[in-house]
Amino acid sequence: MNPCQLLVCTFLALAAQLTQAGPKIEFWQATSGARVFFVENHTLPILDVQVDFAAGTAREAQGKAGVAQLTRALLDLGAAGMDETQIASRMADLGAQLSGGVDLDRASVSLRTLSMADKRGPALAMLRAILTSPQFPTQVFDREQARSVAALKEALTRPDTIASRAFWSAMYPAHAYGRHATPESVNALGRADVLAFHAANYTAQGATVTIVGDLSRSQAGLLAEELTGGLMPGAVVGPVAVPELPLAGEQRIAHPAAQAHLLLGLPALKRGDPDFFPLVVGNYSLGGGGFVSRLMKEVRDKRGLAYSVSSFFQPLGQLGPFQIGMQTKKAQANDALKVTREVLAAFLAQGPSEVELQAAKQNLIGSFPLRLDSNRKLLDNVAMIGFYGLPLDYLDRYPENIEKVTAADIQAAFARHVRPEHLVTVVVAGE
Amino acid sequence: MPARLPDNLKFYQKRFMPMRHARLVPWLLALALPVTVLANPYERQLANGLRIIVKEDRRAPTVAHMVWYRAGSMDEKNGTTGVAHVLEHMMFKGTPAAGPGEFNRRVAAAGGRDNAFTSRDYTAYFQQVPKHKLSDMMQLEADRMRHLTLDSGEFAQEIKVVMEERRLRTEDQPQALLFEQLMATALQAHPYRVPIIGWMNDLENMTASDARVWYESWYVPNNAYVVVVGDVDHEAVFELAEQHYGPLPARALPNRKPQDEPAQTGIRRLTVKAPAELPIVMMAYKVPVIRDVAQDIDPYALEMLSAVLAGHEAARFSKNLIRQQRLAVEATTSYRTTARGPGVFYLYGSPSEGKTRAELEAGLRSEIADVQEKGVAADELARAKAQLIAGQIYKLDSMFAQAMEIGQLESVGIAYAENRRIIEKLQAVTAEQVQAVANRYFRDEHLTVAELDPQPLPSAPRARSAFAPRH
Repeated sequence: MNPCQLLVCTFLALAAQLTQAGPKIEFWQATSGARVFFVENHTLPILDVQVDFAAGTAREAQGKAGVAQLTRALLDLGAAGMDETQIASRMADLGAQLSGGVDLDRASVSLRTLSMADKRGPALAMLRAILTSPQFPTQVFDREQARSVAALKEALTRPDTIASRAFWSAMYPAHAYGRHATPESVNALGRADVLAFHAANYTAQGATVTIVGDLSRSQAGLLAEELTGGLMPGAVVGPVAVPELPLAGEQRIAHPAAQAHLLLGLPALKRGDPDFFPLVVGNYSLGGGGFVSRLMKEVRDKRGLAYSVSSFFQPLGQLGPFQIGMQTKKAQANDALKVTREVLAAFLAQGPSEVELQAAKQNLIGSFPLRLDSNRKLLDNVAMIGFYGLPLDYLDRYPENIEKVTAADIQAAFARHVRPEHLVTVVVAGE
Repeated sequence: MPARLPDNLKFYQKRFMPMRHARLVPWLLALALPVTVLANPYERQLANGLRIIVKEDRRAPTVAHMVWYRAGSMDEKNGTTGVAHVLEHMMFKGTPAAGPGEFNRRVAAAGGRDNAFTSRDYTAYFQQVPKHKLSDMMQLEADRMRHLTLDSGEFAQEIKVVMEERRLRTEDQPQALLFEQLMATALQAHPYRVPIIGWMNDLENMTASDARVWYESWYVPNNAYVVVVGDVDHEAVFELAEQHYGPLPARALPNRKPQDEPAQTGIRRLTVKAPAELPIVMMAYKVPVIRDVAQDIDPYALEMLSAVLAGHEAARFSKNLIRQQRLAVEATTSYRTTARGPGVFYLYGSPSEGKTRAELEAGLRSEIADVQEKGVAADELARAKAQLIAGQIYKLDSMFAQAMEIGQLESVGIAYAENRRIIEKLQAVTAEQVQAVANRYFRDEHLTVAELDPQPLPSAPRARSAFAPRH
């Protein structure tokens, strides 16, 4: 072992030790059936609560694209006899913040409030009202439907949106992950569709509650009972259908933009897959490690072809994508595509070098404390663990799981998950 | 989620026009935290003029390290617009001690994240690292403060990257184009009129020696300050700073000319055409910013006005323009109380389908007229203040946000310690003061109106080729 290698190993061992103690996550099930995850932290007078439902766009029925987003948008615009102005005014009076949104798998409702009892109590009562008694007023439905359509029409003029939609449709030709809301599909929705979507998917059994901050365990227990006690009971939500892998192919779409938008990828990785760690470590060297990645060096540093280029895995409830993306001046689109394909092919053929592997581990393990250094980041991590049912010691074991990855693991994992015969390419505004 | 304006302006604001409510430790928090925290932050000045500001925050074993230079796009000359930002890119391209790419490699090896940002007022560089790596970061920053290579081959590659960045963020973003043209019209003498990223033609003609002139002029310790927030001991940080930054020599700085904007005497209007679906109306009123923390009143009242109009989902724009009248799909304000240059208060939005740009402009104007005539209610003002205080506490959840706040105040020449006073001043704003500023500044002779006239795509987006198997 040469001195340099020794140094790296010492560093890794040290980092692993330092980060062994991830946050202490307490888990229990509320009487309602909702699963609850709690991290107690009294350093700031802040309380964060996030409630996640398996109510993402993948749950939309055929022909109802857009209903997931509209349902979530309407949730806090009228509840328990309060109209949208009363709800927003009361939250502002308390200095509390409501946020959240919808992705493919999840719909989230989040509250950040000061933890003093006179702020916390009323803010949580508002959250409870929104979760358990939303009213979806007809007028508000009509208005938000019109706003959604306007936003969609605008987005559909943008080359990045056009590229992303074509890309997902190509990756998931017959699967819910590949469907998109359109102005037509949103216009065809009625208030009854929102009510039905809400009743089917916003249930106690499908809910995970994540609580982080200035609260005791017993207070958190009460909070979870109160928040979820009024949720509708419902069947446990089953998994989303398994997608089929697409055949490799390329699509080009004309657009007047100055830059071409390039996307390459395929359905690749599911949450909880043990190949997650070799893929993450490998992708760091390929295109995930920012300025030290191969793609950035070849595409940006050596050739000046793009401002940003990167690759990433997006694990989902079912196979989520591996994706490479960049933008480049129209005339350079084909050059950029060629370089990108060469970099990917070389990586698939040989995997990372030993130097790259060590650099990837050093960064991923060394930067681990930065993933957890605020309540907000803790909330994001714990909510993800809870929603996808990852082990409670996922964060504790993250450094050691990174550390034990070998170059051979990476090459084998990429061979299993990133197969060129399924790689789709979309170019918008190329020449 | 509800429709929003295209992301670019928000990003642009986030990156280049710091958000509202950028303040520090509030009085309320003083009640909630141990007394020792009140001594925070700590400050020392080195013999070469470099100031070090340290805020101890021991919640996690990490640290944010930032180096701020008091040189931004407003210090540029015509013909080399964008050079502040180009130099920011070149700062990652190597010194004799750490070659091209080495800076990023070492930060990554330290388990860190790093980046930089250029604004009209300043250029700043930061790393977030595990706390025991702070010394390494200081060594790297001190090295490139004095010894940047600025190789012409590296420059030739990087200027292409910057032009791609301009295409990405401005050329292909209708809202960014509109904002760029608005600034160039609202201001005629002051350099805030020029886009931070620079005009494309200036980028096309920029040379490595332009970047070198910029670097030699402004990158000196007496034009910089270091902000450190994290799990550190301030005395130990001062020692590290002395060791790494102390040996760098001070140098005289170029003269800065005020370039004050001449008075505007009538309304200005412009239209931008670009491929888009939604029209946009942006109204820019010239207003003051804080010059004297203790004596000023109007900037604080303007910030409260902004919060009353658009500070939350039940604020006036949302309640009246979006929800009741359904005149707009989006309508909001933007104003910041601090800047080295002139202040601008923006109102902007997109009309609903079937409504015109003129109708939206009239709607925005009527909201202002209502405040001018009837003032604001006590509960509206109390609500804005409650949000302000809570926002101060929420900010403590992020070391990065705390470091940004200190850095931004200092960049305009306001000592970070004044922040507490600023919060007090904001809390003392009265309804009468809000009404007074609405009357004083929201007049047509201070106004520029920019409209995005959306153009259909030349051919509706369609597949030029169907999805074809590739062999």
